[in-house]
Amino acid sequence: MSGVQEFFHMGGYAVYVWSSYAIALVVLVANILVPVFQRRKLLARLARRQRRERRQP
Amino acid sequence: MSTASLNRAFALLLWRDLVLALRRRTELLNPLLFFVLVTTLFPLGIGADPALLSAIAPGIIWVAALLAAMLSLDSVFRSDFEDGSLEQFLISAQPLSVLVLAKVVAHWLITGLPLLIVAPLLGLLLHLSGASIGALLLTLLLGTPVLSLIGAIGVALTVGLRRGGVILSLLVLPLYIPVLIFAADAVASSGAGLPITAHLSLLAALLVLALSLSPLATAAALKISLS
Amino acid sequence: MLRFFHQLGSPKHFYRIAGSWIPWLAAVCGLLMLYGLYQGMVVAPTDYQQGDSYRIMFIHVPSAWMSLFIYVVMAAAGAIGLIWHMKLAEVIAISSAPIGASFTFLALVTGSIWGKPMWGTWWVWDARLTSELILLFLYLGVMALYGAIDDKRTAARATAILAIVGVVNIPIIHYSVEWWNTLHQGPTVTKFGAPSIDIRMLIPLLVMAVAFKLFYLLVVLMRARVEVLERERNARWVRELVEAP
Repeated sequence: MSGVQEFFHMGGYAVYVWSSYAIALVVLVANILVPVFQRRKLLARLARRQRRERRQP
Repeated sequence: MSTASLNRAFALLLWRDLVLALRRRTELLNPLLFFVLVTTLFPLGIGADPALLSAIAPGIIWVAALLAAMLSLDSVFRSDFEDGSLEQFLISAQPLSVLVLAKVVAHWLITGLPLLIVAPLLGLLLHLSGASIGALLLTLLLGTPVLSLIGAIGVALTVGLRRGGVILSLLVLPLYIPVLIFAADAVASSGAGLPITAHLSLLAALLVLALSLSPLATAAALKISLS
Repeated sequence: MLRFFHQLGSPKHFYRIAGSWIPWLAAVCGLLMLYGLYQGMVVAPTDYQQGDSYRIMFIHVPSAWMSLFIYVVMAAAGAIGLIWHMKLAEVIAISSAPIGASFTFLALVTGSIWGKPMWGTWWVWDARLTSELILLFLYLGVMALYGAIDDKRTAARATAILAIVGVVNIPIIHYSVEWWNTLHQGPTVTKFGAPSIDIRMLIPLLVMAVAFKLFYLLVVLMRARVEVLERERNARWVRELVEAP
């Protein structure tokens, strides 16, 4: 087996090791994305509210 | 403010709660009935083999006691919250933690102590030995006050919520785990003829810790919930 | 220096300062993680007992450390918020809960996956895994309580009390679970236990631990910024910020 193949093979534990790392990646990325989207949504909501207030003073 | 007036406030509140509870006797019986019912479900669910039942009886009885204690928790502050007396406690001259302790003691006398009366009966139903039933009573005597004290914190945090029941169980049950472990293991050990003084001392330590810290936390939680 | 902390206490400056830190934190954290992974997956040798399956350790162990660390930080921040009425501490405390819960979840899942080849089963009532499960319940309780109370300031203060009660209980729970485990389980049948660890395994472990700490700092600042915006939505600086993003 070549070095790369061997690396992904993980000595026969590929399923366990890579699934762990995949789940970790998903959890970490989700942690980053949630506040990003929350902030965007909040800013949009506040902008809408301020436009509404300006139209009807 | 003297110690005498503090003692008097404590005794008065305790007396008031006991009288109020005795006027609503059916509510008193409900947790007891629940305790017995849940325990009788287990033999029906897993079969009536005496050896099996006596092996898992400590766990079953204690889990049922845990659930019964949790279900009755709601009544600690509920009626006082609804009729506004809770707010009177908050602005009273006496320290809130002492008043809270009186209420928790009353609640334990009403809902915790009766569990001890029916527990021997359940022990017989599940084929516990005499020594185990004695251990069961001792652990219930030391453990159920801890359940009431810890539970009071959870109730104080959720008292203003309309659907606090489910959340209350989520908050309180994980905190009950140490009591469950030590108590159920004490009953099982006594069944095997092992000494249980270590278990009992640990439960007593938990009780002292809960007695000293829980009223403070409960009082702080009430102040926040009612602000 | 004092002035810096004073400024950090005001929501407006916190929002600005945290915003300027976030890209740097993200860069350093990402680089550290890549370096740690390279060291852990490529450089570190195969374990003679566990083969390559031990490489799960590089995420499992830091996650487990973080799960406890974040709970303590959350309780401490909650206590600071309660005692000194510091709004920012409240925000930090409540922003920490979901991150801590996700690290606890990660530690549980990776522990379970690691256990499969080691123990031959997905779940063992091992003392550490069981404690971690209870810790997850404690986090979920905190988050449920926060979600259930409508007024967010009251909610933050109530959850701070719960977090403090939890932190007092964690050692008791841990000790009782360990006691229970030794009685019921007998000595746990694990193949771990080689206490001396190869330096080439230790380095990636520590690098990953630092990277996870930075990750927590990064996400908690991001979450806290959103929370601050939400709470200060009627303040002038937020209105100006919304006008000119």
